[in-house]
Amino acid sequence: MSAFEGKLSPLVEQLAPSGIRRFFDLASQMDDVISLGVGEPDFVTPWHVREACFYALERGYTTYTANAGLPALRDAIAQYLETFDLSYDPKDEVLVTVGGSEAIDLALRAVVQPGDEVLIPEPAYVSYEPCAILAGATVKKIATRAMDQFRLTEAALRDALTPRSKVLILCAPNNPTGAILDRAALAQIASVAIAHDLLVISDEIYAELTYGVRHVSVASLPGMKERTIVISGMSKAYAMTGWRIGYATAPRDVLAAMVKIHQYTMLCAPIMGQMAALEALKNGERERQAMVEQYDQRRRFVVKRLREIGLACHEPQGAFYAFPDIRASGLSSEAFAERLLKAERVAVVPGAVFGPSGEGFVRCSYATSLAQLERAFERMDRFLNS
Amino acid sequence: MDSEKRVKLLHMLHENANYTDEMLATLLDEEPAEVRAVIAEAEQSRVILGYSAIVNWDKVDGNGVTAVIDVRVTPQREVGFDAIARRIYRFSEVKSVALMSGAYDLQVVVEGSHLRDVATFVSERLATIEHVTGTATHFLLKTYKADGVIFDDREDEKRLVVAP
Repeated sequence: MSAFEGKLSPLVEQLAPSGIRRFFDLASQMDDVISLGVGEPDFVTPWHVREACFYALERGYTTYTANAGLPALRDAIAQYLETFDLSYDPKDEVLVTVGGSEAIDLALRAVVQPGDEVLIPEPAYVSYEPCAILAGATVKKIATRAMDQFRLTEAALRDALTPRSKVLILCAPNNPTGAILDRAALAQIASVAIAHDLLVISDEIYAELTYGVRHVSVASLPGMKERTIVISGMSKAYAMTGWRIGYATAPRDVLAAMVKIHQYTMLCAPIMGQMAALEALKNGERERQAMVEQYDQRRRFVVKRLREIGLACHEPQGAFYAFPDIRASGLSSEAFAERLLKAERVAVVPGAVFGPSGEGFVRCSYATSLAQLERAFERMDRFLNS
Repeated sequence: MDSEKRVKLLHMLHENANYTDEMLATLLDEEPAEVRAVIAEAEQSRVILGYSAIVNWDKVDGNGVTAVIDVRVTPQREVGFDAIARRIYRFSEVKSVALMSGAYDLQVVVEGSHLRDVATFVSERLATIEHVTGTATHFLLKTYKADGVIFDDREDEKRLVVAP
């Protein structure tokens, strides 16, 4: 027992252990597991991006950078975001972070104070709630429904509002459901945000991974840029999870506050990763398109197979997750995932990990080769129909 | 099926000829019957000339030797390089022939059981063809990548089993 016993931060002690962690511990003790539980691309970072990093090191790029990131990278980010109809000044409206996760943390810490309420539609990415709590806020979850494909509706948002509501976190395309929010849905949400003076943190890390539809950023809608922090990064679109290069864009006063926290904690993102990110943004379009094409093909296969083996599944239009309904099995999502893992060595993530609305569903990542997906569904078929 | 999808279909078959019609249809968001029709048409029109596996022959004992031969020729009036190319590609030892720009004219890939077989073929058959003015024979020692497939790359799965 250490001298820290009983002296840990109450905020940290308030956090529940991650459900994903428990499931990871279980799955990682087994051999021959086919994993549909992975939230990252199965592609390796494109070779020209890795090579750019080698050359950066060779030329001696091993130093700190400006707190906000390399100016050339911020320029490239600002230019790139124009493809989503977003216009930011790279000098003081763009911040390079250590992954999108740091950007989420910074955004919350920059804008909330004790007593503020953060609205989180769920099922949701597992970090939003803990980050909000660590920033001192209280969290109000907004349940979404399978019949709406787990999309936040204007009515649900209005019902959730209280006088203390300050921040709304959006994630589209969504982890874990793969759902997107189209322009019409976003416009309705935006009107509520403006009417109630809500700030929006928009996690758009999967923006490039949409299928048959073009991603719309909430910040591109009238009246929203000034109240929105957009979070994104290189991890998903360029298969660069381990490089930890994310970014945030926001109005300059908000961004200045985020930079303050960033400079006293991270100081800056690693320069090698920034150099690689610059190469990816400048010359990675072809590889990015090729990966999106692969995900799209797998998506079609996964949805078809899920339905064939008897699991209802809405059609995901973004990210690389399917979120099938497993309620017909009579099992909770946790029991389903655990039994599937033990019986057939296929790892999926219980939907309940992402919030109460995710109960009765599991997350299946299709960031895995077609051959692996075929094997996984043979096993799942056996599990469900034996 | 539109032309863009047709090209995608051909790429998929080129990468993996084992895909079933049903799988290809799913991946392309088409009907299996449509996929079958397009493949049949491609075979009929000789766009698809055959189906083969990519084999790493370095791992197979007794598979013989492969040589890449640069051939310089004098082109002939009216038929250019084609007549000589035809004479060369008829030999069963020849696996491929391509017209090249640059330092030589034809690139000929030859396979034989032994180094001696290839040498004999080059000196007695290829080099003696009328209008062939020179050859340079390169023996293939090891294949690192062929047809887009890296042979010696072992990038095993490094991801965690479950991740957010």
